[in-house]
Amino acid sequence: MHDARGHVRRLPGLRLWLSGGWLTLLVLAAVFAPLISPHDPLAQDLFAGRLPPFWETGADPAYLLGTDSLGRDVLSRMLYGGRLALIVALVAGTLTCLIGATLGLIAGFYRGWADLAISRLVDIWMAFPPVLFAILLIAVLGTGLMSVIIAIVVIDWTRFARVVRAEAMGQGAMDYVASARVAGRTRFGTALAEILPNVLPTIVALLTLEMGIAVIVEAILSFVNLSISTDQPTWGGMIAEGRSSIYQAWWVLVFPLFALFLTVLSFSQFGEGLKEHFDPVLR
Amino acid sequence: MSFLQIQDLTVRLRNGPPLLRRVSLGVEAGDVRALVGESGAGKSMIGKAVLGILPRAAEVSEGRILLEGEDLQTLSPKARRQRIGAKVALIPQDPLTALNPSRRVGPQITDRLVDILGWKRPAAEARALELLEEVHIQEPGRVMKAYPHELSGGMRQRVLIASAFAAEPKLIIADEPTTALDVTVQKQILKLIREMQQRHGTALLFVTHDLGVVSKIAQSLTVLYAGKVVEDTAVRSFFAGPSHAYSRALLAATPRYTDPDGSLTPVPDSVVAEVNREIAAFDVTMKEGGQP
Amino acid sequence: MTDKIYQLNDLKVSFPDMSRKPLLGAAPRIEVLKGLTFDIPKGEVLGIVGGSGSGKSTLGRALIRLIEPDSGSIRFEGTDITQLTEDSLRPLRRRFQMIFQDPMSSLNPRRRVGGIIAGPLRLQGLDNIRSRIDEALDLVGLPREFAARYPHELSGGQRQRVGIARAIALKPDFILADEIVSGLDVSSQAQVLNLLESLVKELGLTLAFISHDLSVIRRLCTRILVLHHGAIVENALTPELFDNPKADYTRMLLDAIPLPDPDQVWF
Repeated sequence: MHDARGHVRRLPGLRLWLSGGWLTLLVLAAVFAPLISPHDPLAQDLFAGRLPPFWETGADPAYLLGTDSLGRDVLSRMLYGGRLALIVALVAGTLTCLIGATLGLIAGFYRGWADLAISRLVDIWMAFPPVLFAILLIAVLGTGLMSVIIAIVVIDWTRFARVVRAEAMGQGAMDYVASARVAGRTRFGTALAEILPNVLPTIVALLTLEMGIAVIVEAILSFVNLSISTDQPTWGGMIAEGRSSIYQAWWVLVFPLFALFLTVLSFSQFGEGLKEHFDPVLR
Repeated sequence: MSFLQIQDLTVRLRNGPPLLRRVSLGVEAGDVRALVGESGAGKSMIGKAVLGILPRAAEVSEGRILLEGEDLQTLSPKARRQRIGAKVALIPQDPLTALNPSRRVGPQITDRLVDILGWKRPAAEARALELLEEVHIQEPGRVMKAYPHELSGGMRQRVLIASAFAAEPKLIIADEPTTALDVTVQKQILKLIREMQQRHGTALLFVTHDLGVVSKIAQSLTVLYAGKVVEDTAVRSFFAGPSHAYSRALLAATPRYTDPDGSLTPVPDSVVAEVNREIAAFDVTMKEGGQP
Repeated sequence: MTDKIYQLNDLKVSFPDMSRKPLLGAAPRIEVLKGLTFDIPKGEVLGIVGGSGSGKSTLGRALIRLIEPDSGSIRFEGTDITQLTEDSLRPLRRRFQMIFQDPMSSLNPRRRVGGIIAGPLRLQGLDNIRSRIDEALDLVGLPREFAARYPHELSGGQRQRVGIARAIALKPDFILADEIVSGLDVSSQAQVLNLLESLVKELGLTLAFISHDLSVIRRLCTRILVLHHGAIVENALTPELFDNPKADYTRMLLDAIPLPDPDQVWF
């Protein structure tokens, strides 16, 4: 068995490096977007519309990844779009995690009426169709970065609550929890010092997954024009705009789509890698 | 020729250390052989190798497994499954996980007959009822329709025994079949296994860690340590005085409640060191490809 | 003061039976302990024996108040602890400790051995933690370097020693051992039982040893309590119980043990 594990073990290292590498690149790009963007992402140049990326004939080397139908630089728009995607991922993911995991931990460890109340709430919550729920929320709150983040948190905290509750219940049945009580630990102390560390790898994996989901949700909302105001470049918005000119200028659609795909994949792989890396039992 | 003959069976973790080291043993038709050892000695691994259900990480690297003289290792996977399905059955350790919790008990017994032996369903069901009666289950009709969680541990083990004997196998591998049970239930189940084994003339390979159980059910036994046979003998001569120092220590460590002093003698470190030296020396000969 | 460490009077414990819970309303309760009355004198090693469902583990957990009884009373050193709240129990907890059946589940997999033993010591506000850990490891015969290891790096017998070390580090008056050798090989079993025997003598402990297997406790226990379906069927000194069992159920338990001897008439 040890040997079988040994074979798989080399994988998380590589996986952690690759996904971490892409995410680092993304963070750097987001932070330094104003410095490294070759153009103003909003500047239109109708005489330079639909220029192809640099390796195609008729390309302008000033626009590395080409331009869209309004002549805006695709690379610059992607850098600024990445910035927004990252903010949404970090803020919405973290908030969702904090709220959902706390409620899940309370429900799973304290059980009783707290569990009853939280579990029912989760059940009712999850019966709403999520995308409609989001659109409804944005309609009420109005578009904008804040609204998108709130919508994601409000919809997705149940994911954390359910998984963490189940995990905490499983850990709560273990004898080391009983032995903490024998040692005189308080209930709250037990939840914090015994249960939480054992649930943490799952929370971390879920958190990174959630960041990926947040990026997708933001893109979906942008795609239906309900996200951040239209004069800010977002990946989802670019994909929506690129869709109409897919036959004339495929690059407008493909580059942001590819970035989106890589980012979401990296978040989930990064989480799995971290989980394995920090778990002394798996290690 | 024994019904089951294992010759120089070596099982390894892929590219790793051996789990079984050139194990040879035979089970005569209608005979009961016990496989004894501490946890990690590889006793369950032998049954798994015969049944062809080794864990993915392990593989047979050397040796032969002969069933009625036919080498199972040379058969195609499909032919092998057919031979095993028709001639060998398993009584597993944990009666709770061995039955599918979401299916009724009856079909889980008849599956074997219908799928492997091609029986018609009504005939198979009649046979299952008969078997449940044979393992002393009252109201077999009700038990057939019950779900596993509605039965006690002892009842579930009876169902598994009935299911093992259903296709009239010539060999049954029992992998610690009573370890999870209370002592009083263990006694009933052992009695039942012995009764069924004798009535059907089935050969039995009985894996256990309990020398008390061995003395009640087996005629011969194989003692394993770290995947190597340290003693292979008849039960009577074993309990009269084991020949290997490790077997002697194992027997001495087995508690006897009749002894007021309660013999609590762990296997001495010197014996463990000695048997470990033997294994190391054996590994060297194995690596050189020589005969031990 | 009394020479009894525990006095139990008509102790009853019940659990809700979720499998028979009606769609609406409360689940019916199953009585797991049906009114137990007995004492544990100081310095005694009490064996608590019974099959699965006998209530032996429930009794154990009630003794150290991991479970609140329905009725009856439990006195520990003269103090009634039957209904004490978790807060008022906390100062007492140092004095009764428990060793668990499955060391894999009772040792937090994310803590090193040193941290596991230190946990209760810190909670009880003790000082010289480091030297207390070393002392406990010495007593259970584990090398001091083991403090830096994780539970999964140890063998089954070693893990159970860590469980014992954690319990004795607090220097309790009473220890409950719940089926602590049932998952071990005979050799480790013998080692752990011998270790417990010497610890009882050395530290002057009172011990309750829960087991489903009468054969392992003859040497260790001074008195044996046999439970069946939540009631005491026999409570006798060890030699008496083995040589002249009074209850039918005790006799059945003894008869069911297979001795390692092919000449025993058994079936």
